[in-house]
Amino acid sequence: MTPVVEVRTLRKVYSIEGGEDVVALRGVDLTIDPGEFVAVMGPSGSGKSTFMHIVGLLDRPTSGAYYFAGHEVSALGADALADLRSRALGFVFQAYNLLPRTTAIENVELPMIYAGVPAATRHRAAMDALDAVGLAKYAQHQPNQLSGGQQQRVAIARSIVNQPQLILADEPTGALDTVSSEDVMTLFRRLNAERGMTVMLVTHEPDVAAHARRLVTFRDGSIVSDEAVREKVLA
Amino acid sequence: MISFTQTLRLALSALIRNRSRSLLTMLGVVIGVAAVIVTVALGTGAKTSVANQINGLGSNLIVVMPGSVQTSGARTGNGGASTLTVADGLAIAKLQGVGSVSPSVNVRTQIVANGQNWQTAATGVAPTFTAVRSWDVASGRFFTQSETDDAAKVVVLGQTVVSALFPDGSSPVGRTVLIKGVPFTVIGTMIAKGQSGGGQDQDDTALIPYTSALERLTGGTTIGSLLVSAVDADHIASVQTQITGLLEQRHGIVGAKSDDFQVRNLQDIAAAASSTASILALLLAAVAGVSLVVGGIGIMNIMLVSVTERTREIGLRVALGARGAAILRQFLIEAVLLSTGGGAIGVVLGVAGAAAIVVFAHWPATVPVTAVLLALAFSAAVGVFFGYWPARKAAALDPIRALRFE
Repeated sequence: MTPVVEVRTLRKVYSIEGGEDVVALRGVDLTIDPGEFVAVMGPSGSGKSTFMHIVGLLDRPTSGAYYFAGHEVSALGADALADLRSRALGFVFQAYNLLPRTTAIENVELPMIYAGVPAATRHRAAMDALDAVGLAKYAQHQPNQLSGGQQQRVAIARSIVNQPQLILADEPTGALDTVSSEDVMTLFRRLNAERGMTVMLVTHEPDVAAHARRLVTFRDGSIVSDEAVREKVLA
Repeated sequence: MISFTQTLRLALSALIRNRSRSLLTMLGVVIGVAAVIVTVALGTGAKTSVANQINGLGSNLIVVMPGSVQTSGARTGNGGASTLTVADGLAIAKLQGVGSVSPSVNVRTQIVANGQNWQTAATGVAPTFTAVRSWDVASGRFFTQSETDDAAKVVVLGQTVVSALFPDGSSPVGRTVLIKGVPFTVIGTMIAKGQSGGGQDQDDTALIPYTSALERLTGGTTIGSLLVSAVDADHIASVQTQITGLLEQRHGIVGAKSDDFQVRNLQDIAAAASSTASILALLLAAVAGVSLVVGGIGIMNIMLVSVTERTREIGLRVALGARGAAILRQFLIEAVLLSTGGGAIGVVLGVAGAAAIVVFAHWPATVPVTAVLLALAFSAAVGVFFGYWPARKAAALDPIRALRFE
């Protein structure tokens, strides 16, 4: 089975003008197989966000290899990376990042527009995705008519609509209350368990990380632990 | 890759999301284009009416006027000399390319009839006058060659004189009027001709045979001017040269002695008048064009603000797989939509404004289609020009920073 993500001795160094170089990642090795649900934890400055950006093809490593679904991608050009993001990756952000004054279904359709999916297919796929997150009847609602938890679920629908090979969630519960957080995490678990979606989640909350099946901890630019999470019963 | 129509839709929905801001942004271009359309319409209208007035003076008309003469060191102005004679006119009539010739003898005088009186220009002309000036009678008839030969006391009145002397609307034909105390029989009236290019009322005139004017009113032999029509526009220049040569010869002007007459053609006057109108129109349009550019700068400002404000949105689009080129195109299309939308609204307002000026101020105004197309093309160009920089800025944003932007 080809891993979705395979990184070898990944280094990322930020050059700061007139100052010392900052090493964000110092030789990271990690493999994520299809169907995994990985939580990445670590304090601020541990390199977990940098790692997430490189895995999400928004940034390039300074050195090391990154195979995405078996293909070396660390040397690809900006347009090739953009095309890969639109086809193979789904993003969920802490701040939802839905377009304001735009209906839920239109928000969900957005990644398909950039992927060049025809309009007829788009609508059906967007409805399916909204249905998968339990918000089909809110399709015509605008973000300001939805609660935070609902908005985040629309964002999750948006992230899965192109059937990506990997979903990247960056502090997806950071702006939510406990109940909504539980809802959102349950949704991720369901998508992982029922649809076999590969999820990588970055968080600093142990409660949230506990929903994953594998926990990777970063400190000072290196992985300090990589362990299986004790199975939790689906709520 | 995202298609053009899709990008257009994205741009359109982004603009609709910020309706009021989009409309306000357009306002600068709206005003600029409307101003351009109105000024061009007025300029074109003015040019057309100047051209009409000058054509109304007579087709291919050449005017020979006496020049300046020097008497004991005092020079009169042009037309002050009394050097043109009827014989000059007869000689000119024989030149090649000449259609008709009419002398013109102006006598400023009081004209009395019907218990009314009016000061006007009694003008002595030949029967050829109607042809030279392409001006016909409205009622009655013009005088004949034999009436001219007899210095008959007949007059054809201009419409201003008609309404001044016969305010009751009765027909003046067959009535008798006193011109400088001499009784003349009215045999006809001229069609109303309106103002000349110089703003003179051409209808304020009483036309009599030039022989009658010379014998009965001025008592002289010199005439005020000679009106000559060339057979067609191509002959104007050659007729002018021939007239100059002929008159120099007849008046004995040789060497450095300056001509005691001047030959002017209306095409020159028309060209001068219409070029003045064009320059004026151009100046106005330039001022209006400046406001259009200011409108474009307004669009650039708002687009720059919008790029900053929508940083997260741009970051999101990039994360979702938008290429830099797609972001650039979307923002460029937004700017062009704003500017051409503003241009279209401006055209509508400008045409309406021009129409309103025609209706309420009675100024001539015509909106040339080319001006509309140019205004639209220019506003689109304004959008591209002023939208490019903000669009470049948007496309160059680092998605990671853009996503974190607060």
